[in-house]
Amino acid sequence: MEIGLRLAVSLAQIAAVMGVVMLTVMVLTLAERKVLGWMQDRMGPMEVGPYGVLQPIADGLKLFFKEDIIPAGANRFLFTLAPILALVPAMIGFAVIPFGPSMTIELFGMQVKPFVISDINIGILYILAFASIGAYGIILGGWSSNSKYSLLGGLRSAAQVISYELNVGLAIVGVILLSGSLSLVKITEAQAGGFWNWFVIAMPFPQIFAFVVYVISSVAETNRVPFDLPEAESELVAGFFTEYSGMRFAFFFIAEYANMILVSCVAAALFLGGWNAPYPGTILGHLGLDALAWIENVVWFAAKVYFFLFLFFWLRATLPRLRYDQLMRFGWKVMLPIALGNIVLTAIAAYFFPR
Amino acid sequence: MDHIFFFYFAAVIAGTSVLVVALRNPVYSALALLIMFFHVAGLYVTLHAEFLAAVQIVVYAGAILVLYLFVVMLLSIRSEERYHNQLPVAGLLGVTLCTEVLLLLIQSRTAPAVPRGSAEAAAETGNTEMIGEALYSTYLFPFEVASLILLVAMIGAIILAKKDIIETTE
Repeated sequence: MEIGLRLAVSLAQIAAVMGVVMLTVMVLTLAERKVLGWMQDRMGPMEVGPYGVLQPIADGLKLFFKEDIIPAGANRFLFTLAPILALVPAMIGFAVIPFGPSMTIELFGMQVKPFVISDINIGILYILAFASIGAYGIILGGWSSNSKYSLLGGLRSAAQVISYELNVGLAIVGVILLSGSLSLVKITEAQAGGFWNWFVIAMPFPQIFAFVVYVISSVAETNRVPFDLPEAESELVAGFFTEYSGMRFAFFFIAEYANMILVSCVAAALFLGGWNAPYPGTILGHLGLDALAWIENVVWFAAKVYFFLFLFFWLRATLPRLRYDQLMRFGWKVMLPIALGNIVLTAIAAYFFPR
Repeated sequence: MDHIFFFYFAAVIAGTSVLVVALRNPVYSALALLIMFFHVAGLYVTLHAEFLAAVQIVVYAGAILVLYLFVVMLLSIRSEERYHNQLPVAGLLGVTLCTEVLLLLIQSRTAPAVPRGSAEAAAETGNTEMIGEALYSTYLFPFEVASLILLVAMIGAIILAKKDIIETTE
């Protein structure tokens, strides 16, 4: 009974988070085309619904009813498995993201944390672990398609993800040094009390370099412009998912957008204070409405995440694609030394000026 | 409950390990290895070593196995004769190892005593902190030696890869 109830509450939480993520993906597909359109002095999609707002639903229906094609000579088993391997790791990372203040509420006589599915003590490592698993979907999808464009996309992706994953991991170490915890909830709580406590500018050593390294590397890890070599359409048709159609294509598509949301959530939680407002406490809390203060926290978290998502679109509209050797040289010879230097300096600062 | 999980993880680890060497297609072998890494990580979680579990997946499944796949795909090995006449040597080593394990099992019927207090202490201060403190105090020297060996291997790999470039410039 006790276990059954706990399971039901957890499943309800997971369903809620999945629902929000899928809804955000839908919003993003429209927002990306609209933002790109505005930046290029166009209107973007305008046909479906008022001002084109129903475009994601039309896209979803179209992909759902498309014929599912498996190319001749493809490895059927891996071809089917690859989109799932890409989507599941992208979704599973949201289990440890704190969307709002860490409070516990009583529900059917149980302690429930409403804004985080599972506050495990290695939260950030858990996200890194599953982010690295996401590469398998791309690599195997490229290999199993039996097409040279797909294979080239898969190979590029393998090298790129390994190189930039390292930088993501090293950029995060500085924040972990300052907060003394791997749990995203504890890291966020350590940044409470105003924007001057956010790790991106916090004393004793501002993590501004780590922040820049993290943002650039996570753009590379999600295969977005200007690092979209695995799917460079002018060279490789569509890269690793050239041969995919229908719902399998949609799975890769959703996985890419879910990954964007995930890295934005991590960036917001690690560097920009997560659900903390940029001023001490919350306005609703100061007005005596403590019970409603969580609304303000969740809105701040969403605002920070959407700022990063906008940054992804902004980069796409602004920057040309890197050449492959430039990508590798930049990752290993520029980003890596900066991230390593940041760790050394942060460790020295954290030793002399413990928080 | 713990035993059910242990036997599930142990059975899958044993099964997929056999598959890694038995399967003809090297990509399937790599996938079997991936499943095995995940279940080893699961075993660590049941032992309350969450940090080790995460590192297991980040390092082995996330980096090393991706490189394996990279090489397999680059050489586009579909399937080939594995084992290259290794059977006599492998058989000899296998039989020796099995006998050793059997002898050890027969000699010590009772399970080795697990230090009980350590698990509780780990739950209190946090598993990651415990590993960090042990690594940088008790095991500092082996840790530094390991890092030195890795550094030597890294420099060696770079020199081997750069050999042609150095020779042509001189």
